[in-house]
Amino acid sequence: MAHDVRQAREGEGPRLPSARGPVSAAVEGYLRDASPLPRSQDIASAAVYGDDLQLALYLCYELHYRGFADVPDSYEWNPDLLRVRAALEHRFLAALRADVPAHDGVEDALADLLVEPVDGTGLSHYLSAEGELWHIREYAVQRSLYHLKEADPHAWVLPRLWGRAKAGMAAVEFDEYGGGRPDRVHARLFADLMTDLGLDTTYGHYLDQGTAQALATVNLMSLLGLHRALRGALVGHFAAVEITSSPASRRLAEAMRRTGAGPAAEHFYDEHVEADAVHEQVVRHEVIGGLLAEEPHLAPDVAFGIDATGHLEDRFADRLLGAWRAGRTSLRTGPLSAIPLMF
Amino acid sequence: MPNAPSDEPRRIKVQRQGPVLVEGPVEVELEDGTVVTSDRFRVALCTCRRSRRYPWCDTSHRDRAKGCTRDR
Repeated sequence: MAHDVRQAREGEGPRLPSARGPVSAAVEGYLRDASPLPRSQDIASAAVYGDDLQLALYLCYELHYRGFADVPDSYEWNPDLLRVRAALEHRFLAALRADVPAHDGVEDALADLLVEPVDGTGLSHYLSAEGELWHIREYAVQRSLYHLKEADPHAWVLPRLWGRAKAGMAAVEFDEYGGGRPDRVHARLFADLMTDLGLDTTYGHYLDQGTAQALATVNLMSLLGLHRALRGALVGHFAAVEITSSPASRRLAEAMRRTGAGPAAEHFYDEHVEADAVHEQVVRHEVIGGLLAEEPHLAPDVAFGIDATGHLEDRFADRLLGAWRAGRTSLRTGPLSAIPLMF
Repeated sequence: MPNAPSDEPRRIKVQRQGPVLVEGPVEVELEDGTVVTSDRFRVALCTCRRSRRYPWCDTSHRDRAKGCTRDR
């Protein structure tokens, strides 16, 4: 069968990262040389939000985006890998369903996001008030796992929507993809920000550095994007991201200016202040409104997507702020080396 | 463009709280006569006058509260 044929184009795509435990090690072993996949007891006993399970899931999902160097493209649809992915997803989704404080309805879930705290303590508040350049570089490294494929996980929902929801979602995605201009694609703008910060813009370069909490935020998008059954949750997730992004981006733009991060770094967040103020409106009125007019039974899923996003973003923020307040690096592999001096 | 005849009325969406939504691209002439443009597919124009990116909405119209749920 085609999926058993190793037809990798040598050296293309990111290198496989270091394994973080028996489950991710076995997935990598299979990707490298078809050695045995993880045992079900290892999947069952791995910490659900921990490094090992989240990396294993991330590896499975990455086959749907850019894949890895020396791994055949056809492994995206390898049934044995898909079976493992399903077992990992089952644990992740069950944990989210159990742990996420679910709002009663979509309006309630949205209302909480539409109020700005006067005494905010989140990541963007920290970075704008007291963030130093090294905090900002670490933040960019962690977020690069998403921003270098910004909007890609959400594009999968398009064929699962219809009418107003589809038109609204496609319009927002078009804007995310630069409105037809490659130099304005948001993932491109983020790569430019990374260049300002002296970081490597190669896709997947910082996968080893990303903490389990960073991987989990990206895994949620992939999970919701790849499953038609979770289309309501994907739409809720996207709304949560767009609603919270504009004010947070204003604070992050301030952080970039205050630390002298550079013009492209400022521009990335300035662009998101303005773009996401629009996207929020379109997603709430057209995408959620349109979807629930067609499929009202999806309302609890939309609320779940909103709340699951908040749950994982809070865990991510706690991880970074906890490390920074203790004066430590937030990265899994230790602090970044200094920015090379430009002469 | 065949699907967007120039004589078709331009739809503007107003709401009790929040920006006016206009189909882009738009040019906005400010009080001092300067003209700013946006070529986004839809443009959110500030109506509360609190935006720091006026005339574009930056979500400053939102209610503010103490001790609300976690922020980003």
